[in-house]
Amino acid sequence: MIIAVASGKGGTGKTTVSVNLVKAAGLPAQLLDCDVEEPNDHLFLRGTPRLLETVCVPVPEIDPVLCDGCGACSRFCACHAIVGLKATPLVFPELCHGCGGCLRVCPRQAIREIERRIGVVEVVVSGEVTLIQGRLDVGVPNAPPLIRRVKAHLRKNRLAVLDAPPGTSCPVVSALRGVDYVALVTEPTPFGLHDLRLIVELARKLGLPFGVAVNRMGIGDDRVHAFCRHEGIPILLEIPEDRRIAEVCSRGELVVDALPEYRGIFAGFLDRLVQQAEGTAAR
Amino acid sequence: MKIVFTTSGNSLEAPLEGRFGRAPRYLIYDQDHDTVEILDNRQNVEATQGAGIQAAEAVVRSGAKALVTGHCGPKAFRVLAAAGIQVFTTDAATVSAALEAFRAGDLRPTKSADVEGHWA
Repeated sequence: MIIAVASGKGGTGKTTVSVNLVKAAGLPAQLLDCDVEEPNDHLFLRGTPRLLETVCVPVPEIDPVLCDGCGACSRFCACHAIVGLKATPLVFPELCHGCGGCLRVCPRQAIREIERRIGVVEVVVSGEVTLIQGRLDVGVPNAPPLIRRVKAHLRKNRLAVLDAPPGTSCPVVSALRGVDYVALVTEPTPFGLHDLRLIVELARKLGLPFGVAVNRMGIGDDRVHAFCRHEGIPILLEIPEDRRIAEVCSRGELVVDALPEYRGIFAGFLDRLVQQAEGTAAR
Repeated sequence: MKIVFTTSGNSLEAPLEGRFGRAPRYLIYDQDHDTVEILDNRQNVEATQGAGIQAAEAVVRSGAKALVTGHCGPKAFRVLAAAGIQVFTTDAATVSAALEAFRAGDLRPTKSADVEGHWA
């Protein structure tokens, strides 16, 4: 079972929830850090990342001798990675998503693909938790191909917690596709509610079942709860505003280890997630 | 010869826009006929990526030989340079002031991008 942890807003506690959830499982489980622009789950697991694979995307290379400048490739490219001028087109490999369409539409077979490195997939083993993380190279703007490679290491028939990137853009869509259930982490504030609405809309578009985890209970108002009630969205976890949690996290420690009273809270959260996921799967 | 200016307005008296790729509009001034044409750039203002490249393509399509703007990033510059379009940067307040400076020969063509991508 794959449980994704997502949030429209950054900084709501996705990492805190993900690492503590997977640890609270108390059984062999995978943790996938799909926030490949700034993976940080490893800070809480204390292990040295080991390289699993180097990830490349295919980008076009145009043979200026064969190319007659017809511009078919440039007109096809939705990412504007190829600019057709009168002579041989200009290629901007950093904008290419590697779809391979330009090769197919080129009437003179003047385009071939070359591999461009975008990042790495690494593994950290810490007790029962196996962390798979993607790390995008600095300056690379497109994360989805790397996120798909991270997810390629998912093991079937095992619990996996997937820490998604923040927001609602392409990397989040790539991370959430195919998961069994999504836990949406938010704060009980107007800002938290605003971005929760966005990620709820995305989860519905993707046809994924989801529930909400409210972090830092007590700092804002009750509008997130009112929204969830009105929309029929289950609230599966409430973490109180507790200064000790921030202190524990700042030391790179797990809440479930340092503050034992939270162990049951996260274990109960996992039970509810599994129940919800199985309930929606059965329907 | 046609010259493209970045602007937020619709006429020669309008402000010169400092950004190239995400400028609201382009004013195309035809020196030979003293005519003005406005090109809307709303689509690129909202683009997630590639705004500079697409804007540069639009300038190439317009048939202009020169671009006068506040700043120009690396990808746009590469396209413009490949198409043989000269890029002039200025901090002139209005399109007409920039045009005057251009006519007076006060502007020098830049040899490279003067800002990083996504600078503003």
